[in-house]
Amino acid sequence: MSQKANLKNSGYLRVKNIDKSFGSFRALKNVSFQADRGELISVLGPSGCGKTTLLRVVAGLEKQDSGEVFVGDRDLSNYPISKRNVGIVFQSYALFPNLTARQNIAYGLKTRKLKKSEIDRKVDALLQLTGLKGLGRRYPAQLSGGQQQRVALSRAIAVSPDILLLDEPLSALDAKVRVMLRLEIRQLQQRLGVTTIMVTHDQEEALTMADRILVMDQGKLVQEGTPHEIYEHPATPFVASFIGSMNFIGNAVKQDQGVYKVGEHILHVSGENGSAQIKEQSGAILAIRPENVMILPNEEGRANVIKAQVEAIEYRGAMFRVGLKLPLGGDTKVLIESDMPSEKISRLNISENMVIPVHFPTDRLRVYQA
Amino acid sequence: MKREIRKLVAKSVFSMIFVAFTFMAISSVWAEEILVYTALEDDEIPGYLNLLKNSHPDIDVKIVRDSTGIITAKLLAEKDNPQADVVWGTAATSLLVCDQNGMLEGYAPADLEKVRAEFRDSNPTPHWVGIKAWMTGFCVNSFEIKALGIPAPQSYDDLIKPIYKNQVVMPNPASSGTGFLTVSAILQMMGKDKGWAYLDKLHENIVQYTHSGSKPCKLAGSGESAIGISFGYRGIMQKQKGEPVETIFPKEGSGWDVESNALIKKGVIKKSSKIFLDWAISEPVMKEYAKVYPLTAYSTGVAVPEGYPAEPEKQLIKNDLQWAAANRTAILEEWSRRYESKSEPKK
Amino acid sequence: MIKTTIAAIDTEKWIRYTMILMVCIWLAVVVVLPLFQLLSKSVVDLEGNFVGIANFIHYFKTPSLFNSFGNSLFVSVMTTIFSVTLGFLYAYALTRTNLPYKNFFNAIAMMLLFSPTLLNGITLVYLFGRKGLVTLGFFGAIPGWNIELYGPVGIIISEVIFTFPQAVLILSVALRMTDARLYEAADSMGASGFQTFITVTLPGIKYGLLSSVLVCFILAFTDFGAPKVVGGNYNILATDIYKQVIGQQNFIMGAVVSVVLLIPTVIAFIMDRIVQRKQVSMIAAKSVPLQPKINRFKDRLFLIFCGFISLVIMGFFATALFASLVKVWPYNLNLSLDHYNFNRMGGGGYSAFFNSIKMSFYSAVVGTAISFTSAYLIEKSRGMPLMRQAAYFLSILPLALPGLVIGLAYIFFFNTTSWNILGFYLPNPLNSLYGTMAILVLSNVVHFYTVSFLTATTALKQLDREFETVSESMSVPFYKTFFKVTMPVCLPAILEIGIYYFVNSMATVSAVIFLYSADIPLAAVAVANMDDAGDIAPACAMSVLIVLTNVVVRVGYGLVTKGIRARTEKWLSK
Repeated sequence: MSQKANLKNSGYLRVKNIDKSFGSFRALKNVSFQADRGELISVLGPSGCGKTTLLRVVAGLEKQDSGEVFVGDRDLSNYPISKRNVGIVFQSYALFPNLTARQNIAYGLKTRKLKKSEIDRKVDALLQLTGLKGLGRRYPAQLSGGQQQRVALSRAIAVSPDILLLDEPLSALDAKVRVMLRLEIRQLQQRLGVTTIMVTHDQEEALTMADRILVMDQGKLVQEGTPHEIYEHPATPFVASFIGSMNFIGNAVKQDQGVYKVGEHILHVSGENGSAQIKEQSGAILAIRPENVMILPNEEGRANVIKAQVEAIEYRGAMFRVGLKLPLGGDTKVLIESDMPSEKISRLNISENMVIPVHFPTDRLRVYQA
Repeated sequence: MKREIRKLVAKSVFSMIFVAFTFMAISSVWAEEILVYTALEDDEIPGYLNLLKNSHPDIDVKIVRDSTGIITAKLLAEKDNPQADVVWGTAATSLLVCDQNGMLEGYAPADLEKVRAEFRDSNPTPHWVGIKAWMTGFCVNSFEIKALGIPAPQSYDDLIKPIYKNQVVMPNPASSGTGFLTVSAILQMMGKDKGWAYLDKLHENIVQYTHSGSKPCKLAGSGESAIGISFGYRGIMQKQKGEPVETIFPKEGSGWDVESNALIKKGVIKKSSKIFLDWAISEPVMKEYAKVYPLTAYSTGVAVPEGYPAEPEKQLIKNDLQWAAANRTAILEEWSRRYESKSEPKK
Repeated sequence: MIKTTIAAIDTEKWIRYTMILMVCIWLAVVVVLPLFQLLSKSVVDLEGNFVGIANFIHYFKTPSLFNSFGNSLFVSVMTTIFSVTLGFLYAYALTRTNLPYKNFFNAIAMMLLFSPTLLNGITLVYLFGRKGLVTLGFFGAIPGWNIELYGPVGIIISEVIFTFPQAVLILSVALRMTDARLYEAADSMGASGFQTFITVTLPGIKYGLLSSVLVCFILAFTDFGAPKVVGGNYNILATDIYKQVIGQQNFIMGAVVSVVLLIPTVIAFIMDRIVQRKQVSMIAAKSVPLQPKINRFKDRLFLIFCGFISLVIMGFFATALFASLVKVWPYNLNLSLDHYNFNRMGGGGYSAFFNSIKMSFYSAVVGTAISFTSAYLIEKSRGMPLMRQAAYFLSILPLALPGLVIGLAYIFFFNTTSWNILGFYLPNPLNSLYGTMAILVLSNVVHFYTVSFLTATTALKQLDREFETVSESMSVPFYKTFFKVTMPVCLPAILEIGIYYFVNSMATVSAVIFLYSADIPLAAVAVANMDDAGDIAPACAMSVLIVLTNVVVRVGYGLVTKGIRARTEKWLSK
């Protein structure tokens, strides 16, 4: 999908047509992607989707059944991990408990026949860079979770890897530290310009850190794109629901380009938004994110407005999530949710069982094949 | 310390891997070492070997010591691949069994002409040569019988009296030479049927059959039993140690056997083996035997040791060693059938 | 292209692959082949012709032999009942009450692990024999009590002494694991103490209980040291093997009895493995450790119980020590060191003692190195699932093999000069090990392999699975990480394995009694031989030396490794 803007750096890491099975279980099905030099790519998906397997194939920890892995012009498909020049950080960090932070970071450098002074200099620089100055003599057990994470990261980048692999790097930390480290890791990665693959099941992590996101499901790569593209234009209902929340309105029938019949209502969809692929008179699913579902008390009768009954109001701190029951004619009803600022709820005096008009902005509706 | 450990590790690893190669080399270098099987008592062997060391420092003797039955079984088991070079001081009946299996090499040691006729194989080049005789003796704990209010048994007939119920310990004839010569003597003296009937009754009085012939005497010595059927030497030695043991030689006569030497037939017969056999009946060591055993292969002029009958020859029953050897297996099978199948301990 | 191919060779993987293969081959050679040889000997006659199960028919038709089977079962079952009951009460006191001096009570029970089983029998003779302390009422001080020691009574008491610490060990672990929250729940529902015991305590430790039953049964069923001393004319399988092999050199019948001995043992072993697996899955759930509540009556009751047991154990060792020092028991009670002068005794005396120390040291070094390395390779390698499973299975197998069976199997295997395979004579390269120190060490390494292997595996499981991957990614060879990280972190476990090997090699008699040669006498074998000859006091003295050596080594280990353990704990604490 991404085009060759810069020949030298584009497609630095190329992963082609990877297949991998464990017994009868197909963990990866024909997965291909590329990463430009210096890019941070996040592989996102629910547990069991194959993302960790993909990382391990790139690392050389699992041998793919078929497919290829290139870094630059080197074909690494059959190389063991020790010869791929990758740095790796695991969820558990795997810090050596009997070695100090310094010794951990220097661990990979010692076999590279560097002078001791050079190793010291390099380790000092890394400690400085990761904000661990003064903690070098501590053992991992004497460091906080966040500090351990930084030691693990320092150790991985100490050997100047071509590719940095992060396997759920933040999931063992508590929420606050996690948010802080996201930023730090991203800044460090950009400063070093190291091509990075990060596996995560945390969509927020992926959205905030990655240049591009690969979304995986059941061993397949389902969508690839910038965080914005993924969020705004999820390619499938799965992606749509996995990243952020999404309301689905099924049983829609395409009447014309951009015109859908939902029960006794007609909804218009503007722009492409997936509508083009759908044949006329065939079934479709309409989708809209809760923050895009508008409650407009004074715009009754306008296009794309349907009356709905308030089912539940859930307090979410900065906003409310309002559960709405949407009558589609007859007994058919669809439950959808709408996110609204607290201010609006109190201004409109919305309460349960109230019937209010709900607006679906035409440019916010997405259409999927039923 | 660390270095030593490392050295030891290296050493053990070394031995694990290279022992296969080194062993063959070593065994050919140490040609002077001979392997001697013996059933002599543990506490007599060191004294004799000191004599050997003084007169033949060049011979390196490796001793395997066990009860007669076990030495016999071991020799028979190794028939096709003999390990021992020499047998020393082991029952003549056992050596006869080995001879019947063609395992013994004839050899006439120096001083052979001095040896009494009944103490040697009748072949001109004898297959076995005796050194001394040992005989059945009852070890009786004088404290215990006094405490129990029973007299000391003086004869085989006494032993089967009900008053000795659960007071007697006897060696298992399968493993013990003393056990076998006692059983063999009873069968020879009384005849087969009466002999087994006697043993049946004796069985009623036995608390335990032991593995070795010396253990009954030692159990008597420590009061673990009142009476142990054992052999002369044992009781006399223990009395010397201060244990309250009297040795009684049964008045019907004692069963006996000749502790004998033999050369094992094998591919390479070492020179040292023959030197050892010469030494084993030489006068100095014969005198040493005589200090604790009344009957030796030839007279040495040493007085009969204290505790033995004054005329030891008269105590011996008429004993057909050939018969005993020929019937050894059958006797042991019958014995085992009769007395080992009793699973419950006797009350 | 060629360059790529060469670079693509995963040297590490091949080294590991080769090493795991070597583990499999090594275990096949020292466990499977000898066992196979033993089994094949049980179906041939004296001339080596195949006779099918004729030997077994002969065995079951010989009442003296067949009775032994029933006798063995009887004494093992009785032992198990007593041992597990006492062990449970003791372990319960150690884990579930506010017993004071818990460490002391635990140490006292574990002391019994250092003692050769022969000593159990010998000490019983000094306590309950005709001239025993108790039988004589402490030389007339109190009324005597004759328990008719020789026979099943003596065997069962000795085996209870032997298996008691094992039961305590297993049950303590099980009792510690139970979740405190279950007790809180039971409490909140107003369950009585007894109800709680039936509904919470027992189900919680059922696997531990079952495991201790099986382990005690196996140990009692296969031990021959104690029955040899106090069995009297009561024959059991283990002493039959000894009599057949040593007494009559009837190796074929020895093999047959071994197979008969092996069958219940293997069944119990398989059951234990199944139980263990279930137990593991049970611990996986997080549980809250139980803080015993103060209950004065209960605490005092258990203090009396543990105090009594400890007194018995201390009295047991004191008797052994005293008996070994008495000049002529029971007639001259003056003390002397006469019995510690083994000069005129069979068995080899001090050279046997020092040989044993040497052998135990070698066994500890070699055994620890092999078991830990194998556990590492199996636990910490990627891929090759089949090979690793095979190696794991082979590593567990020795646990099912009694020492006597190992010893006899080794005679058959290592004493064979060549095999005739379809008309080809294959010389046995291992034949030269026969009669050397190496075979003694080997038999110990195998005999105590599984427990060591499992200890190592447990320790290794606590390390992060990705240590190896991380170092590989940094191109650090795995053996460097093994020496720099894995070994230092596992050092306490490694030392523990070494001690386990040493202590057991010192005390064991069952395998080595078939394998020692005249120029390498051993202390524990000397005990057996001296007992055979009736020299029970020197036998006792030698046993005391063995126990003292083990105590010194154990205590010394505790002192020397205090620092190491503290350091490791600091590393691993989070």
